[in-house]
Amino acid sequence: MNKTAAAVPAQAADSPEPLLKVTGLTKHFPINKGLLRRQVGAVKAVDGIDFDVRRGETLGVVGESGCGKSTMGRLITRLLEPTGGRIEFEGKDITHLGVAGMRPLRRDVQMIFQDPYGSLNPRHTVGTIVGAPFKLQGVTPEGGIKAEVQRLLSLVGLNPEHYNRYPHEFSGGQRQRIGIARALALKPKLVVADEPVSALDVSIQAQVVNLLDDLQEELGLTYVIIAHDLSVIRHVSDRIAVMYLGKIVELTDRKSLYDTPMHPYTNALLSAVPIPDPRRRGAKTGRILLKGDVPSPISPPSGCRFHTRCWKATELCATKEPPLLSLKPGHQVACHHPENAADQAPGDKALPGAADAATTAAP
Amino acid sequence: MTDTPSFVPEPAAAPGTEAFLSVRDLKVHFPTDDGLVKSVDGLSFDLERGRTLGIVGESGSGKSVTSLAIMGLHRTGNARSRPQISGQVLLDGEDLVRADADDVRKLRGRKMAMVFQDPLSAMHPYYTVGHQIVEAYRNHHPDADKKKARTRAIEMLDRVGIPEPAKRVDAYPHEFSGGMRQRAMIAMALVNNPELLIADEPTTALDVTVQAQILDLIRDLQKEFGSAVIMITHDLGVVAEMADDILVMYGGRCVERGSAEKVFYEPRHPYTWGLLGSMPRIDRDQTDRLIPVKGSPPSLINIPSGCAFHPRCPYADVPKGGITRTQRPELALVDAAEGADRHWSACHMSQEERTRIWTEEIAPKL
Ligand SMILES: Nc1ncnc2c1ncn2[C@@H]1O[C@H](COP(=O)(O)OP(=O)(O)OP(=O)(O)O)[C@@H](O)[C@H]1O
Ligand SMILES: Nc1ncnc2c1ncn2[C@@H]1O[C@H](COP(=O)(O)OP(=O)(O)O)[C@@H](O)[C@H]1O
Ligand code: SF4
Ligand code: SF4
Ligand SMILES: [Mg+2]
Ligand SMILES: [Mg+2]
Repeated sequence: MNKTAAAVPAQAADSPEPLLKVTGLTKHFPINKGLLRRQVGAVKAVDGIDFDVRRGETLGVVGESGCGKSTMGRLITRLLEPTGGRIEFEGKDITHLGVAGMRPLRRDVQMIFQDPYGSLNPRHTVGTIVGAPFKLQGVTPEGGIKAEVQRLLSLVGLNPEHYNRYPHEFSGGQRQRIGIARALALKPKLVVADEPVSALDVSIQAQVVNLLDDLQEELGLTYVIIAHDLSVIRHVSDRIAVMYLGKIVELTDRKSLYDTPMHPYTNALLSAVPIPDPRRRGAKTGRILLKGDVPSPISPPSGCRFHTRCWKATELCATKEPPLLSLKPGHQVACHHPENAADQAPGDKALPGAADAATTAAP
Repeated sequence: MTDTPSFVPEPAAAPGTEAFLSVRDLKVHFPTDDGLVKSVDGLSFDLERGRTLGIVGESGSGKSVTSLAIMGLHRTGNARSRPQISGQVLLDGEDLVRADADDVRKLRGRKMAMVFQDPLSAMHPYYTVGHQIVEAYRNHHPDADKKKARTRAIEMLDRVGIPEPAKRVDAYPHEFSGGMRQRAMIAMALVNNPELLIADEPTTALDVTVQAQILDLIRDLQKEFGSAVIMITHDLGVVAEMADDILVMYGGRCVERGSAEKVFYEPRHPYTWGLLGSMPRIDRDQTDRLIPVKGSPPSLINIPSGCAFHPRCPYADVPKGGITRTQRPELALVDAAEGADRHWSACHMSQEERTRIWTEEIAPKL
């Protein structure tokens, strides 16, 4: 591999075992065409990613629409069957566990979904919805299901008396709380939340963000929070993975990511977010405006997938995929010419047209 | 010791100057089976050419209904569900609420145009993008021949940054990406150089990198054409970047209005404080808890009595005698400043009290 002098080991060997360890994870959705439904290609939704989730942390996953965030979330909760790679939970390989083998895991790993409307069965009462995991697992909590469900409802800030109400009687924020109560029923170790607040209004969003925060503290939960909103991600995460076209392009702690991003794409993403401060309007000198759209994940660009939109792209970028390397302790990036770090391939010839791939907005 | 300055129920332009767009006590009420939905319930504001007004508020606060009423689009649809509308929408002195449907249709697309959140809803799926822009142009330029209109369409596509516009002009909307569709809709909206552009959540469905492109485009086009822009959004980042003035809506009414500077740095309404406290910041490493607004948005069928915000307001008991529950606070000038720094809010608390709460209790925590 292209390990240069600047590279340091990814994680110290004596660090405690991660709760979840993902290596080379891929998911390709086949595209079938014609009468015989022959496979003519594949959507490479997740295309070889490695990361750990440490106990008690919140790992944020961010990226643009279609980059594979939700697919990744569904893979690690084993709602989707991976095409390749390996997923370990508490040191145990769970990549291809069957239904029976998954049963204990279903208690430990739970998912919260984006859509507080679609993810709750409208014909079931809140009591039935939040109590369902007990029935599915065949466990009776101490004191009975009803008492436990009511405890969970008050834990997430809902009125336990609303046990017999239906989802449509609740607002969006309250429905999201119901989803959270259901996810917490079996005292999971890992909660994967896919866009948990993006369908909610700001004032309600803040209620749910604070709730997730409190529950983590109270119950010692570990979170993977998937979101496209870089402000939400900054607020909730300890570490953050940035995805682009099925790949993790940068993975580091919150402070390093926002203060000294290394991947040009991360930089472009951050500089695109409008700052809620009128005094800083136009003060973003050197603000990067990417041109064009994200390419299709069916035939992603060769080499570095970002090279078609990157203003730093060189010939090497178009042919050789940059590996995800730790260029500083705890700061991994996949780029031949990172920012805020040593150039990994100095002197390489610029790709024609690269300079026009982005503009830096005038102040 | 009341310190409320000169009481101005309807923010009016300085005497002698007519605002380009002037909305006065606008009410839009929809009759439904559940009761009368008061989507907009007494809204007033002014907008000058060349300026951008940002309208912010939670979903259901009446932002879209306001823009549709200005555009006269509430006239379409079947009679049963048509809203009751009152008040005035004066565009260059002409009252659009009372004008007849044909006159408003003629203004739409020429004098005023709109960009929606979902471009597919505004574009016809069976016609090419070019055809639709050509039609929009010829509607208001009946003398223009097809060739000239097509040249104009290509020119507009080029102007909004569609690559190879001469080729793309014959593409169908579904052949465009989300960002390109949004550009095409902007091209269609601007083909007749409208003097008023209303953009209703124009970037909410887009990725942040594409959003930055579209916001940049709108800003450039405004500079070029000097139009007045109403930017409707729930994103305080977007208004901070785009708007000269900000109007905060709650329950179908304006609760605060002023320059972007005033609304962000000296907000004088508890709901605005709530919005600012709820917002996670991209520009700070803020590890403290957010300060949410408790409860949820009001029903527009049974709008809470008195101040519509009172069930969620932490200060509802500060004004004496339960007045917040019985009497609706009017929009009043916060300070007597002139010109761009005029600032209004609708709250029963005294100015001193609000200034104190903001500077001592809220601002330090943000
Ligand atoms: N069941 C499926 N069959 C085929 N393609 C799929 C399927 N699920 C997802 N994809 C494709 O995989 C890619 C990644 O999708 P995914 O839902 O993971 O994106 P995402 O990052 O969550 O995006 P968003 O921010 O829009 O939610 C997309 O191109 C998507 O169209
Ligand atoms: N055609 C209609 N019939 C009945 N109610 C409507 C209609 N259009 C909008 N409303 C209601 O008016 C309120 C304000 O809506 P809207 O202006 O779309 O809010 P937003 O601020 O999110 O844009 C909402 O409660 C909405 O349900
Ligand atoms: S590897 Fe090359 S193309 Fe990819 S992000 Fe780095 S500089 Fe840009
Ligand atoms: S009038 Fe009363 S309830 Fe309304 S915002 Fe002011 S203090 Fe709060
Ligand atoms: Mg998703
Ligand atoms: Mg709306």
